[in-house]
Amino acid sequence: MTDSRLRHLTSVRDLDRAAALRILDTAEAFLEVTRRPVRKVPTLRGKTIINAFFEASTRTRTSFELAGKRLGADVVNIGGSASSTSKGETLRDTVATLDAMHADVIVVRHSASGAADYIKGRTRAAIVNGGDGMHEHPTQALLDAFTIRRHVGRLEGLTVAICGDIQHSRVARSNALLLPLLGAKVRLAGPQTLLPHDAAALGAETFTRLEPALEGADVVMMLRIQQERLGSALLPTLREYARTFGLNRARLGLAKPNAIVMHPGPMNRGVEINDDVADGERSVITAQVESGVAVRMAVLYLCATEPGQPIGSE
Amino acid sequence: MTSPVELLVVKSVRAVDPALGLDAEVDLVIEHGRITALGAGAGPQPAKSERARVVDGSGKWVLPAFVDLHAHLREPGQEYKEDIRTGLAAAAAGGYAHVCVMPNTKPVNDTRAVTEMMLRRAAEVGGPRLHPIGAITVGQKGKELTEMAELREAGAVAVSDDGVCVMSSAVMRRALEYAKTFDLPVIQHAEDHELTAGADMHEGAVSARLGLRGWPRVAEDVIVARDLLLAEYTGARYHLAHASTLGSVRLMREAKSRGLAVTAEVTPHHLLLTDAAVIGYDTFCKVNPPLREEADIEALRAALADGTIDAIATDHAPHTSLEKDCEFSYAKPGVIGLELCFGLLLGLVGKNGLTLGRLIDALSTRPARIAGLDAPTLREGALAELTLVDPEARWSPARGSLRSKSDNTPFWGRELCGQVLCTLSAGRVVFDRSGADR
Repeated sequence: MTDSRLRHLTSVRDLDRAAALRILDTAEAFLEVTRRPVRKVPTLRGKTIINAFFEASTRTRTSFELAGKRLGADVVNIGGSASSTSKGETLRDTVATLDAMHADVIVVRHSASGAADYIKGRTRAAIVNGGDGMHEHPTQALLDAFTIRRHVGRLEGLTVAICGDIQHSRVARSNALLLPLLGAKVRLAGPQTLLPHDAAALGAETFTRLEPALEGADVVMMLRIQQERLGSALLPTLREYARTFGLNRARLGLAKPNAIVMHPGPMNRGVEINDDVADGERSVITAQVESGVAVRMAVLYLCATEPGQPIGSE
Repeated sequence: MTSPVELLVVKSVRAVDPALGLDAEVDLVIEHGRITALGAGAGPQPAKSERARVVDGSGKWVLPAFVDLHAHLREPGQEYKEDIRTGLAAAAAGGYAHVCVMPNTKPVNDTRAVTEMMLRRAAEVGGPRLHPIGAITVGQKGKELTEMAELREAGAVAVSDDGVCVMSSAVMRRALEYAKTFDLPVIQHAEDHELTAGADMHEGAVSARLGLRGWPRVAEDVIVARDLLLAEYTGARYHLAHASTLGSVRLMREAKSRGLAVTAEVTPHHLLLTDAAVIGYDTFCKVNPPLREEADIEALRAALADGTIDAIATDHAPHTSLEKDCEFSYAKPGVIGLELCFGLLLGLVGKNGLTLGRLIDALSTRPARIAGLDAPTLREGALAELTLVDPEARWSPARGSLRSKSDNTPFWGRELCGQVLCTLSAGRVVFDRSGADR
């Protein structure tokens, strides 16, 4: 791929280095827009974006909604419970319906891995994956990369430790693909029960203890522990998890002195991350949220302005 | 139903029947449904020859007809996927004279009534012979044993809770003992369901990447290991359905080396595809047990070649597009297999030590013996149950061209090697494209 056109974004695998950098660079310009008194540009006026969130989400949906609105697009949200899927309609039919409404971009959030790829082949709209099952969450990885670049100044040569429930994390999977594409090294750390059996297949170094993963890291990214993992033989107690895998100030001391702390949210304070770190001077967690809107504006802009192909045409 | 073949002569055909040690070019004569002559120049009497149908067999092979130990024909209850008529038509086109059908119908075949209904329906539609497999436990729930004596009396050839593993060691022990009383083999779907909760595909590098929950090899291996111990303890006949792991192969090989009455089958898809085929979330590649890795394929092929795995079974499992054209996690597992099996597997001859004789044995003689059937044979005097194939045919299955009601197979467009031309079951022609242009 010589140019860096973006038609769909269902996986970080849709991107080469140039395409990823183009998104980050475009997001820089949009970050400036989001800080203006009037946070709106007419770039996507007349375009329709449907946020099809088949799985509940507040943060990601709000971020995509703001991104679309700040670009001047018409944005419609379909929520999990309000959508037809809860009435027993197949995803195939729901997508056909959305397609008939001439959406330019459909942002998909779904609990099944591969759902965004499934939809991609069945509509003329550009598909942006807003998180599919345990598979990927590419815009989260892009906003993480964007945040790192802004706060550390670069991505090349950095070591990023991603810690927690790797097995169930689409954030970890997308970051493990994107950050190496941009020159950073990724470490994945968690108890063996929360690492994929073949964790090495994710292309990163893996650790079953937190401390060695933190050592010398430039970036520490903590993942949320889902309460439903408890009592399922994956984890005994939150208490033990906090003691062995929670990030606190002492443990953060193992990382580089100027290492930054990230979390995709929502946080379980006192479990995977302590207040002293979450609210500390090295935390960039709220900056991630701000980056999220700018990066999603960039992704929506790039996807919506590439020409769509009618279904069935070659 | 068609009547038995009156007089059929196949001239200059290569006849291969490993059970007879036969591999020779012959003329084959079938009269009134029986093989009456087989040998060089064994043509019919001149007086008879005018009403004989003569087929030029040059370049073709005649084989003992195939026997499938493992098919889901979906009747009763799920006729929208397949029914006994379409399923048997598919089997006939695949070269099968006998099809053993799994009991996970609706209702479950756990009673004489369902077994008899299936047999009655099969007799009505004609085609290959159908042999019901009864459930091991009532409703396949893994608790109470079925009335196996009655099932056998009604025509069941084995028992299985296929699709569901008999998880309780105590129930499995009693099932083996009770089935032994009536000389029924117990066919196990070996899957520790607790180890595979929510699983969508093989647990490995590909599942890690795709974010799909893994079905680890060990979930099969722990059940096979336990079952082999129970089979040894009870002295019962145990048959492992769709072996998929190198661990299963190792365990079976060890058990057989000690002379246990245990057997195993493997499917075409487990011999041909790895979990890499799932990349892209192709639901036609969702099967249970799942597609594994190269090392498993190698072990399964070697085990098929040396007889550790006795039989090839299709696990023909039709599903409609509604059940496959959806999110991967929601898709039903299974592929159809009856019509493509031979064309998919003939190309394996010569690889991993697999001989043509062993392939035919695994498609016909061995599975027949496991099910307690009279094995199809090319012996003079035997009921004509044979398959005429063109071993040189190269063809690609096209969607819409098969006889099954469903089209869930990952093998569309794949170049297949070898094609079934004609199938005889119980002395009757049940499939014939020998005269058709190709």
